[in-house]
Amino acid sequence: MTTTDSPQRPARPGGHAERAPARRRRRGTTERGFNRVFRWIATGAGAFILAILAAVALFLLVRAWPALTASEDELSDAVGRIPEGTSLLEFVGPLIFGTLLAALLALALATPVAMGIGLFISHYAPPRLAQVLGYLVDLLAAIPSVVYGLWGFLVLAPVLRPVWFWLGDNLGWFPLFAGQVSATGKVLATVSVVLAVMILPIITAVSREVFLQTPKLHEEAALALGATRWEVIRVAVLPFGRSGVISAAMLGLGRALGETMAVLMIISPGFLVYSLEILAASQHNTIAAYIALDFAEASGLAVNALIATGLALFLITMAVNMTARAIVARRKEFSGAN
Amino acid sequence: MSVETTDATAHTRALLTTADPHRKTTDRTMTVLIWGAFALAMIPLVSLLWTVLVNGVGRLSVDFLSFSMRGIYGGDPSGGIYHAILGTLIITGWATLISVPIGLLTAIYLVEYGRGPLARSVTFFVDVMTGIPSIVAGLFVVAFMTIFLDPGTRLGIMGSIALSVLMVPVVVRSCEEMLKLVPNELREASYALGVPKWLTIVKVVLRTSVAGITTGILLAIARVIGETAPLLVAVGVTESINFNAFDGRMMTLPVFIYRQYSQGLSTCQEGDMQCVVDITYQNAWGAALVLIVIVMLLNITGRLVNRWFAPKLR
Repeated sequence: MTTTDSPQRPARPGGHAERAPARRRRRGTTERGFNRVFRWIATGAGAFILAILAAVALFLLVRAWPALTASEDELSDAVGRIPEGTSLLEFVGPLIFGTLLAALLALALATPVAMGIGLFISHYAPPRLAQVLGYLVDLLAAIPSVVYGLWGFLVLAPVLRPVWFWLGDNLGWFPLFAGQVSATGKVLATVSVVLAVMILPIITAVSREVFLQTPKLHEEAALALGATRWEVIRVAVLPFGRSGVISAAMLGLGRALGETMAVLMIISPGFLVYSLEILAASQHNTIAAYIALDFAEASGLAVNALIATGLALFLITMAVNMTARAIVARRKEFSGAN
Repeated sequence: MSVETTDATAHTRALLTTADPHRKTTDRTMTVLIWGAFALAMIPLVSLLWTVLVNGVGRLSVDFLSFSMRGIYGGDPSGGIYHAILGTLIITGWATLISVPIGLLTAIYLVEYGRGPLARSVTFFVDVMTGIPSIVAGLFVVAFMTIFLDPGTRLGIMGSIALSVLMVPVVVRSCEEMLKLVPNELREASYALGVPKWLTIVKVVLRTSVAGITTGILLAIARVIGETAPLLVAVGVTESINFNAFDGRMMTLPVFIYRQYSQGLSTCQEGDMQCVVDITYQNAWGAALVLIVIVMLLNITGRLVNRWFAPKLR
C-alpha cells in the first residue's frame, strides 16, 4: 500500500470523557486503573517512534564521527577506494552528485507519465475500471527492488542499448549524451529509467488523490462554459492539484535517492568523477549502491566511512521528505476541498 | 433590423455552433497522450512479470524448494532455496512481531488520544519515516548493535529490527486510516453502557476494524518482504539452513537473488554433464518467481480480507 495521506480527515473521535472540563464529582472517576495505564502505553508507543527516528540520526552520527574526524592519510589507508591526499568530502561529493543526478533524471522521466496516469484514473478511465487500473499501477510498487535490478540488467539494458547509441550518435552535442557510449548498456541512463518505473506508483497514487479532490463545482463550471475535457483539466484540475503534484514528485525523489539494489545491479560504478555523461560507462555511482557494494568487506575505519556516507544520504532524503510532507500538510489546511 | 446586427448574429451563431478545430485537436491529442501514459506504465509491469515467469518456472521443482545451497559450487544445478525461504519467513515474522504492537498502539494513540504537539509531531515524523532509505535502516541497526555485540556480528534479528524501522510507519498509517473509519456512535454507545475507554478500544474499536487492520498489516509485510539492502548489510549471507534468528547469519530470498546474480556465469569443463553455465541466473530467476508469488499472495489476501470481512458501515 502506498503511504498517501487520506484526503478526508474526520474529526478525531473519543476523548470526551477526560477532555470535557468535567464536573468536579466525575473528575477522579474518568481515568483510573487500567484506563490510565492503557493511555500511557499508547502514548509511549507514539513517543517511541520519535525516539527511533532520533536514534537513527544519533547512532549514524556517533558511528560516522571517527571517519569525519580522521585525517586524509588514515582514510586512504583504511578505505581502498580513497586515493592518497583525498578528503572524505572529495570522495563523497561525486557519490552525492551521482545520487542526485540519477534521482532527478528518474523524476523528470516519471513525473509527466505519473501525472498522465493520475489523470487517466481520476478523469478518463471508465469509473468502474478505475479502481482496478489503479491497483495495476500499485502492483509496480509491490515488486521487490532486487527483481527490478535483475530485470533491468538482463532485459532492459540490452533493449535500451541501441537507443543510447542512437542518442550518442545524433545528439552527442548535448552534454548529457556526450562521451563514449557504453557497449553494455550498464550506465546511469538505464538506471534512471528503472528508477523512474519504480517511483511511478507513489507519484501516481498521490497525484490521483489530489486530482480526485478537485471540487466538482469547478469542473462543472468549466464544462458549462463549453470547455472540452482537456480544458477542464487545464483550468480546473491542474491548478488545484499543483502543490499536491509537487509534493508527490518530491516523495518520488526521496524514494529514488534511497534506492539501492536496482542501481547496484545495473550500473558499472565509477568513483571520484563529476560527470554528466550518462551514457558512458564507469562514470557514476550512488551512495546507497556504494554502501551495499563495499559494506560486506569493510572493517574498522572503513565501516565508519561507509556510515558517514550513509549519514549524508539520510540527511538528504530527510530534507526532501520533510519538505514534501510539509507541503502536503500545509495544503491540507488551506485546501477548500475538505 | 440593420444589416450589421444580422451579420453579428450570424457570426455569434457560427461561433456557438461550430467547434474550434484547434481546441478539438488538442483535446484529442491529450486524450491519446493520457491513455498512452497508462499504456506506457503497463509495459514494464507486463514485461517484468512475464520475464520472471518464463525464466523462473523452468527452475522450479520440489528439489529447488526443499534443498539449501550448502556445499554447492560452480555450475552444480542441485542446490535450492529452502534456506532462503526459511530465512525470509523467520526474519519477516520477527519484524512483524516487533512492528505490529508498536504500530498499532501508535495508531490508537493518534486516533483515540492524540492531541497537541506530540500527536502532531508523531503524525509528521511517521510520514517522514516512510521515506527513510532502506539501506540507512540497515546501517542504523549495525551502528546500534555495536553497543551490545562485536562489530562484525550479523544476526537474523538485526535484519528484523531494520525491517521494523521500515515497517512501523506503514503499519501506523494504515491502522490509523482503519481506526478512523470506525463510527463514533459505536464508541459513544459503549461509553453509555459504562464501559471504560480502554475496553471500548479493545472490544469495540479494534474488533470493528480488525479486517482493515489485518489488510494493513499484510500489505506492510508485502512491502518489506522484498527488501534487500538492509538485510545485505545487517544479516549477511550464508549457504546453510539456520532456524535461529539470534544466532548467526541467515539467507533471505532477496539476498539470495542478489548473490546468485553477482556470482555471474560459471565456468564448466567440456563434457561435464552436471554443470550448467548460467545456473546462477536460473537460480536467481527461480527465487525471484517464488518471491513475487509470495508478495502477490500477500497483496491479494490482504485485499480479499478487507473485502470479505469488513463490517458493513453503511
